[in-house]
Parts: sequence; C-alpha cells; structure tokens
Amino acid sequence: MVERAKWAEYEKAIADDHFYYARSCIRQNFFPGSEKAFLDILKNKLGKDIYDDPIHTSCTGIGYHSDIVPLETIMTVVARQFALMGEAGYENFATSCITSFGIYTEILHTWEEFPETKERTADYLMKATGRELVVPKNLAHTSDVMYHFRKDIAEKMVRPLVNVKTGEPLRVVEHIGCHYAKIFPKSGVGGSEFPYVLAGMIESWGGEVVDYPERRHCCGFGFRNYLVQANRGYSIANSQKKLESMAPYRPDFIVCNCPGCSMFLDKWQYAIAEMEGITYGQRGCGIPVLTYEEMAGLVLGYDPWELGMQMHAVDVEPLLNKMGVEYDPSAKYLGKSGKYIGKPAPTVVNRAVEASVYKLRG
Amino acid sequence: MALNFGYNISKPRVIDIDRNNLRKSVEIIRELPELQACIGCGTCTASCTAGNLTSFNFRKVHTLVRRGEYQGAYEELNKCMLCGKCRLLCPRGINTRGVIMLIKRKLGDF
Repeated sequence: MVERAKWAEYEKAIADDHFYYARSCIRQNFFPGSEKAFLDILKNKLGKDIYDDPIHTSCTGIGYHSDIVPLETIMTVVARQFALMGEAGYENFATSCITSFGIYTEILHTWEEFPETKERTADYLMKATGRELVVPKNLAHTSDVMYHFRKDIAEKMVRPLVNVKTGEPLRVVEHIGCHYAKIFPKSGVGGSEFPYVLAGMIESWGGEVVDYPERRHCCGFGFRNYLVQANRGYSIANSQKKLESMAPYRPDFIVCNCPGCSMFLDKWQYAIAEMEGITYGQRGCGIPVLTYEEMAGLVLGYDPWELGMQMHAVDVEPLLNKMGVEYDPSAKYLGKSGKYIGKPAPTVVNRAVEASVYKLRG
Repeated sequence: MALNFGYNISKPRVIDIDRNNLRKSVEIIRELPELQACIGCGTCTASCTAGNLTSFNFRKVHTLVRRGEYQGAYEELNKCMLCGKCRLLCPRGINTRGVIMLIKRKLGDF
C-alpha cells in the first residue's frame, strides 16, 4: 500500500462541467426523485451542462456480481456506454450508481493492466454495435460531483441541516457504498481509509457527522446475500449490526451514496420491526434514510414529495419537522398528476407517525 | 404478530467479550495463570487420543472458555481420558490436564 502523507493526496480529480450522466437501473424504483433532483440541481441551480442520455442501458453489474453476466459481456456493455458518451460529445462520465461506479473503475483498471482485454472489447463493440471505443477523461460518481459543488450548494442553501427547535446541528450517519472506494481506494474522495465524500457535504451544510463503531461495516446489500430468499438472513443481520451500533448515538437520519445501501438500510428497518418489533430511531420510530440528492434537495428548499420521499419505508416526517420543512401531509400520497397513488398499510416501524399525523384525502 | 418473510435474521457468530460473563474465566486464569502462556499452537489437540477418534478439540474448548463461551464446555471435556500426552508435548509447559480438571470443576453447573 502506498502511504499518503497529506490530504491533497486523498482527493480525486472531479470535472467542473460537461458531464455525461449514467443512471442507475434500480434506484428509480425505490428513490424515484433522486436522479431527477440531481439533474435539476446541476442544470438549474448550478448552471452546469449535464446530458441525460435516454439510450444508455444498465451496466449489468448485478448480473455480473451474481455470476450471470460474463466479464467479456459486461466489458462490451460498458464500452458501449463510453462510446455513447463520445458520440454525445462528452468526456466526463458521471454515474449515479455505486455498483456501476465500481464496475467502470474495475474495467478501466483492467484495460490499463491488460491492454489485450481492451483490444478484444473494442473488437466486440465494433462487431456488435458498429461503435468506436472511447475512454472517459474523467470518471466520477455523482456523489463526487455533488461533493465537488458542496460549497456552491451551501451558498444557495435555504434550510441548513439544523434542528430548528434547538438550533443544534442535526446528527447524521453517513454510509458509503463498499464499491465506492473499497475496491480501488484511490477512486474515492479520502480513499477507503477516510471517505469524506458524504461527510464533506454534511459538514458544509451545517450537520454533524456521527462516528460510531460499525461506521464502515457493509449495509448487507451483498448481491448473493439477498438474491436468494433463504440467504437474506445474512443481509438483514448486517444491517441490524449497523443499526444497533449507531442507535445509541441517536442519529437524526442516515445518508447513503449507494442505491443498495439506502434501499436496504431503509427497508430492513421495516423488516426488523415487523419480525422482532425493534426500531432504532427516536420515539419508537425508525431512522429516516436519505440519498445525498434528497439531502441536497431538502437543503436547497425542494418539496419533500417532489423528491419522492413518500416512497421510503421509514417515514421522513420527524426529520422534516426537525428541519422546519413546510409540507402538506395530505399531499403525500398524491402522484405527479394529483391522483391518489395508494397508501401503504400501517407498519411497526412508523407506528408513532402513522397513528397521529395523517388524515388522507382519498 | 410477527410477519414471516421466509427468512430469519442470522445471529452473529462473533464472540462478543463485552457481553459475555467473564467471571468464571477470570477465576480459572487466577487459579492457573500459566494458561495465559498458551500460544494456541494446537499441539495439545494434534496429540490428543480422544481427539483422534472424536471431534474433541481441547484448544478450541479452552479458548472459548477463556472468552466466556461456556456453553457445552463441560460435556465436551468429559471426552478427555486424562492420558496427559498433551501435557508432555505442550511447548509452554502448561499443565493441560490441570486445566481440564479446573474447567470441569468451575463449569460443572453450566
């Protein structure tokens, strides 16, 4: 391991403008407003150029990590994404998913270490799609991009991460996806030793980062651990280990930069509460789990239902109340067109909120 | 009523010394402090006559006991025939037969 002497060596190069945006294949189901919010913040709040390409595909990372998609295939799929970026006239690749980011980083390193694999992929790409292989000048995860512009966002901040009743900073647990910097430490801000990408945002926007014993433990997403139903006990046990470790520090919310982590830390709280009756948040509820786009959206004054926060398993209202966010409870389950989208059944993890706050218009 | 999702929450297999009751373990070490000199080489287990024919593993048992994992230790140590070969071979000169007798005495009610 190369020892790094100063913080500058833990920073990574992140482009300033002109990004090609690669979406995640799963997070629009679970956190549907996050990617839209990211695009809106970059385009309209920060005035950056970012291209949301409708014809790129999944990176097939989930298939790759579950031994269904072979290495040559995923390399060709990734090469196609890069080729699309080149055709659109961009050089900076920004990906929304941590698994994809790990895949892109891994493949770029493989092409560098074993040039014959790059040649073979270029050949496959040409035969399959008639496209030329290009390599991005800069590869960043979208949380890197958000981190890069954290001070610009802080200047436009409407609601800092502060409890409006007490005036104290909100206590935030940050969770970094394993594939962000644990595979290639230099690919992340702060490396795998001091990941600062989310902590930097939290500190810039007025919050307080919670340090707890299992801070760097995996969320339990691990593909093999949840794809097979019988194995899900391992997955949920990892989340529970983290939740048990962070609960004594009374965090106000959890923020993640990985689609899987935010999904599992959120949904497993529901499952643990239903199976064992245990909740880890304050006043008998769960701990709200946000994506970093949702956190940035709240800070910049977006409506929580515009951000898709009604889709969380753990209700976010306790956090919204602490931050002083004005929201319409009756609009929670109204879709974009104003049509009622249906209300989930009451759950143990949200019992305190469900019982008292809502009077839905059906 | 708890919902059944088709799986359970796996229990951790780590030994949590902070949660274990170390009272008996401390007593054992106090009475036979030489046990602390164990380097975990496994000579005792490799030379064990009982272990040759059964799953008995003396190194595993006394390591678990020292960490407060007493469950089943007494029954396990009943497999020992007290032949003393492990004591002859222990590179740290630990009275292993004495350790076995002491653990059984201390954990008889577990």
